Amino acid sequence: MSEIVSGLLQAINLIVTLDPEVMQIAALSIMISLAATVIAASISIPLGGIIHFYEFRGKRAVTILIQTLYSIPTVVVGLLLYLMLSRSGPLGYWGLLFTPGGMIIGQAVLIIPIITGLVIAALGGVDRNICDTIISLGATGFQTIMQVVREARLAILSAVVLGFGRAISEVGVAMMIGGNIRGETRVLTTAIALQTGIGDFPFSIALGIILLLIALVIVVIMNILISGLSAESQQALGGPRI
Amino acid sequence: MIRIEGLSRVAGSKTILDSINLEINRGEIFTFIGPSGSGKTTLLRLIDLLDTPTTGSIIFDGTDTTAPDTEWLAIRRRMSMVFQKPAVLNITVAGNVAFGLNFRGIEKSETNTRVHEALDIVGLLHLAERKAVTLSGGEMQRVAIARALVTRPEVLLLDEPTANLDPVSSEIIENLILRINKEMHTTIILSTHDMIQGQRLADRIGVIMGGRMVQVGSPNDIFYQPFSKDIARLVGIDVTLKGVVKSNDRGHAEIIIGNSIFEAITSAPAEQRVVLSIRPEEVTIKLPESESGKTSARNQLLGTITRMVQFGPFIRINVDCGAPLTALITRKSCGELGLTIGTKVMAIVKATAIHVIPDSG
Repeated sequence: MSEIVSGLLQAINLIVTLDPEVMQIAALSIMISLAATVIAASISIPLGGIIHFYEFRGKRAVTILIQTLYSIPTVVVGLLLYLMLSRSGPLGYWGLLFTPGGMIIGQAVLIIPIITGLVIAALGGVDRNICDTIISLGATGFQTIMQVVREARLAILSAVVLGFGRAISEVGVAMMIGGNIRGETRVLTTAIALQTGIGDFPFSIALGIILLLIALVIVVIMNILISGLSAESQQALGGPRI
Repeated sequence: MIRIEGLSRVAGSKTILDSINLEINRGEIFTFIGPSGSGKTTLLRLIDLLDTPTTGSIIFDGTDTTAPDTEWLAIRRRMSMVFQKPAVLNITVAGNVAFGLNFRGIEKSETNTRVHEALDIVGLLHLAERKAVTLSGGEMQRVAIARALVTRPEVLLLDEPTANLDPVSSEIIENLILRINKEMHTTIILSTHDMIQGQRLADRIGVIMGGRMVQVGSPNDIFYQPFSKDIARLVGIDVTLKGVVKSNDRGHAEIIIGNSIFEAITSAPAEQRVVLSIRPEEVTIKLPESESGKTSARNQLLGTITRMVQFGPFIRINVDCGAPLTALITRKSCGELGLTIGTKVMAIVKATAIHVIPDSG
């Protein structure tokens, strides 16, 4: 019991004093996951749009596949990517194994299904009446897509935020592709796993608290987005929706 | 203006529209009447090129819209559709109305003038800067109409424009539709399940039942000469009597219904089984002993009042004359004649007011 209490106190000390190593790990985590989210979003949003707006054979199967991949184990993504990126793998010459770049790719692969699936749901959630009205008023195909995306933008944004949440909290890819190299690829989750393993509880607790704080920020942002129909928060997010 | 040939739409295993043929003329108000789920909305959506037909074609002003190389957008931009549930966007009223012009890249000053014009027509100029979502249902529907008008469509499509509105708002919308048609010469196609509205607005009516266009004609054709029992029931003729033609003298037939004989105008030959439809407002009631002289009406039947129901300013009276008849008379005449249940009366119907439909089964 006293171990937990003293660990907690030391952890708070590490955070309050902005311990360089703790801060470096947190910053790296955020940067890697942000980069992964940006890449994933820039693939997922157009991909979700294509799946939503175009009719094609097997559309349903594709949607089911995407939803299945929501819960793909992170270690499976880690394994697949390891096989691709390792020296003897087909992409080995990229030299990305055990680098932040490799981790970014891994996390992006991990969250593309979630963001894509939620984007499809967001676009599908736009009132059909509004779509019909837009088309009937003489919008071109492109204008229609832009207006519908605009209508769905809050829901799309929350999909992206959720993707970031999954990226920063996963441990499988970060461990297998990053390798937990101190100062280079050590991120919050892998550091917690390692430090706990060697009995350095204060350090682990400090990182855990930071991870929870990030989760808290994400939840707050999500809540603002979801209540985005109220005028005030719309203003906060950049003007009223069209 | 619009010619529809063999148009069908099948969704899954359900046939929503079944080989519709129709010609809509430039400048007319054409109304689709039919029960809910009969395919009215689907037909409007096909005309507005929102959906594609399974078979058949729609020829818009000489252009076959189902040809593979058709410029759908160009044709769609010559029409506007107002949907049953108006979708207004959460911006100002003026912003909503300008929407269609923005898609066409119309200049700002031109847009402002035209939005002003359109809002003036629907009588909402004073609300131009209000947020559209704060309006009442009737006002929203008028915004939707202004938004559809501002692009100066040649064809205006309205899907049940007054379905969810109160009587006052409905009347405003109906007058608006008539004015748009008269002043702007816009061809108007609207759907409704409100027979009175159809009669009031339409130059021609198409009756849709179960995905088929069962009758097309002027309101008079539809209301006074329905092709079938189902149409008669739909347009509000509730007296349908089954009988057999006894004799037919050059179109003037005697028809046996129960133990009475009705005279009517029909080409149905003797022995033909028929259904008579009589609109309640065509039935006159008088007291048998009154001395109101001779009348040209061929059918004068003695009977007893069995039921009286208030119906707005009217009273519906059921009279048992051997065959059950329904009359619609004003409350005033009812009071003056002193009618109550059990009163012996004479029901009078002109032979020409009885519509004879061959009885298929």
